[in-house]
Amino acid sequence: MGITRRQFFGWMSAAIGSQVAFRPNANAAPGKQFTGYDGSMGVLHDIYRCIGCRKCEAACNQVNDLPRPDRPFDDLAVLKENRRPHADTYTIVNKFDIPGRQLPVYVKKQCNHCMEPACVSACFVKALKKTPTGAVEYDASLCVGCRYCMIACPFNIPAYEYDNPLTPEITKCTLCQPRIEKGQLPGCVEICPKEALTFGTREELIEIARQRIRNFPDRYIDHIYGEHEMGGTSWLYISPAPFAGLDMREDLGTTPAPALTSGALAAVPVVVSLWIVFITGVYAISKRKEQMAETDKQAAVDDVRKTEQDKLNQTVITLREKAKTDQEAAIKREVKKALEEAAKQAAQTDTDDSSSAQQSSDSTHPGKQEKE
Amino acid sequence: MAQPTPRANTLFTPFNVVTGIILLIGGIVTILRFTKGLGAVTNLDDNNPWGIWIGFDLLCGVALAAGGYVTCAACYIFGLKKFRVAVRPAILTALLGYALVVLALHYDVGRPWRLPFPIFFSQGTSSLLFEVALCVFLYLSVLFLEFTPAAFEWLHWKRARYIIGKISLVLVIFGIILSTLHQSSLGALFLIVPSKLHPLWHSGYLAVYFFISSIFAGMAMVIFEHAIVDRFLHDEIDEEHDIESNNVALGFAKAASFLMMGYLMIQVIGIAIDNDWHHLGTRWGLWYLVEMVGFVGLPAVVYAIGVREQNIKLLQWTSGWVVLGIILNRLNVSLVAFNWQLPLDQRYFPNFPEIMTTVFIVTIGVVLFKWIATRMPVLHVHPDYPDDH
Repeated sequence: MGITRRQFFGWMSAAIGSQVAFRPNANAAPGKQFTGYDGSMGVLHDIYRCIGCRKCEAACNQVNDLPRPDRPFDDLAVLKENRRPHADTYTIVNKFDIPGRQLPVYVKKQCNHCMEPACVSACFVKALKKTPTGAVEYDASLCVGCRYCMIACPFNIPAYEYDNPLTPEITKCTLCQPRIEKGQLPGCVEICPKEALTFGTREELIEIARQRIRNFPDRYIDHIYGEHEMGGTSWLYISPAPFAGLDMREDLGTTPAPALTSGALAAVPVVVSLWIVFITGVYAISKRKEQMAETDKQAAVDDVRKTEQDKLNQTVITLREKAKTDQEAAIKREVKKALEEAAKQAAQTDTDDSSSAQQSSDSTHPGKQEKE
Repeated sequence: MAQPTPRANTLFTPFNVVTGIILLIGGIVTILRFTKGLGAVTNLDDNNPWGIWIGFDLLCGVALAAGGYVTCAACYIFGLKKFRVAVRPAILTALLGYALVVLALHYDVGRPWRLPFPIFFSQGTSSLLFEVALCVFLYLSVLFLEFTPAAFEWLHWKRARYIIGKISLVLVIFGIILSTLHQSSLGALFLIVPSKLHPLWHSGYLAVYFFISSIFAGMAMVIFEHAIVDRFLHDEIDEEHDIESNNVALGFAKAASFLMMGYLMIQVIGIAIDNDWHHLGTRWGLWYLVEMVGFVGLPAVVYAIGVREQNIKLLQWTSGWVVLGIILNRLNVSLVAFNWQLPLDQRYFPNFPEIMTTVFIVTIGVVLFKWIATRMPVLHVHPDYPDDH
């Protein structure tokens, strides 16, 4: 390896360290709960009071300098359609006919300015921010246009300029933050002729809502929508009919959106740390196995070589011994042969010259030995 | 140039003609996208902000490019050295896959030149998309470096080839960690929408589901891709690749079979933990079972049979089946089961330009793969580096 183990671990711990250090409050300390900024502002929408005049829509259009719609705001036939906010419409009013109720119910829809917004936690460039005054603000100068905020929003609020090819923006209700800073009311609240919209601190609004429900239990159902939904919202609603029938989901739960992803985010540094251990561990094990296999192979080869060598040696010894015996046998045989020959010769050349037989036997012996 | 007639003949092959038409349509859609906006070329709307450019190009693209890290891990970390024949094709596929994911994002996001913003300018660390962006950016760089040995060998840059060879192990480890993180984070993107994604697909284990399924997706892609390459680029394959690829198929198919069974188990656990059993009896439940039984359970069994019988052809067909299953899963999570409560007339279905853009981007990938594989030592060993792969 080109780098040392020490260097490698140094880099990796730097990587993990930065992960941990630069992740502000991915999952805050348990037991600590964020319940919203103190004194942050909101709006209470009293659905019972709303008459569906669409003046809030007109005011919103005007204060935000949005393009005029094709159909004028006094055309109340629009109310029959089920609408949602779009790129040039930050708020709309929908009409609902409730079974068992004579009069229809009108509900205004716009950004709820959550206490802990899904869109803010989903934005990967911090283009969305929850301000201490209560508004969820959008900064177009950072936005990439990925539209993950629109995916994340449980209320289906943020809209997108689909017809803008190069500089599309996310659009949604701003809570009239610029007007609030100037000490003015949000456009919709200011114009509402029936005081169906009340602007104030969220704590005050909850108090007002509770009081109205207490004072007129037959007018309202006992539920302040937005007090706890998705961890609470800056817009609050009280209604004469169950919210589920007003296109307002009651199954969203009370968990703020960031809590849904904090676990997965918190797992990131842990995975990085453990994976380094796991991967290098597996690598080390497979390397070690390789080495062990190599050693075993070498040992086996040595073993075989030794056995074969022993066997060979044994064979050589046996062969040598065999050769020796063969040699001795041959000598004996030759000697015997020579003796017999000599005896035969002696018998042929008469028995009187015995000394000449002795002589021939002596002379054959060294000759045979040389041959062998 | 000297012989214009045969040259003209070779230029108008069926492959080239079809490719040319697709590239032409893609070019037109590209112009429309950057002059008229997303509204003109897509069926996206305010309730359905993500379409097939995210659901297919991003989610499926990344999942099917998982062969890169899976093969590297098998070969260099788990020590299955003979799998080295599959490494370079897998890395090339992954590199092209990720590069095309980024290309597709240039069409999808509003201001593509701001794509580096989350990494260099304004880090939204509370977002899982930030996690994905950072990992994809880093991993694309890693894949680029991991592929350079083939390019350096081709260019005869011996010094550069030597240096990159020295850091290859670090790149492999880095690549596995980054892949684990962003493969899982792509699933975790949908953790934030329990109210929009159908309960059968939404689970606290989404990140684990996406990670585990990416492993067998990568294995299936390696097997499937070799079948394609073997058929159309056979001349580029050397003897070692030819022989060892069968062993890779047997090994990966066996591993994938086990993984897919394990994946089914954790799907069941996910349903049990959220107590989603009653949804199984609905139409959505039927669709979920089609995905889980028809595209995970069955192919896992067929994989096991194929391995037992040593039937490479069967393994290759099954791999195509598994790849379809992965595509089905990613589309289900991002599009089909997303916004399931909206009335039908508010649901999303891709239009012609959207589909053609996706086809266009995939085609660019195929053309680039062919161009590179017929020039660089990807499917065969470079004669100067017989053992150093």
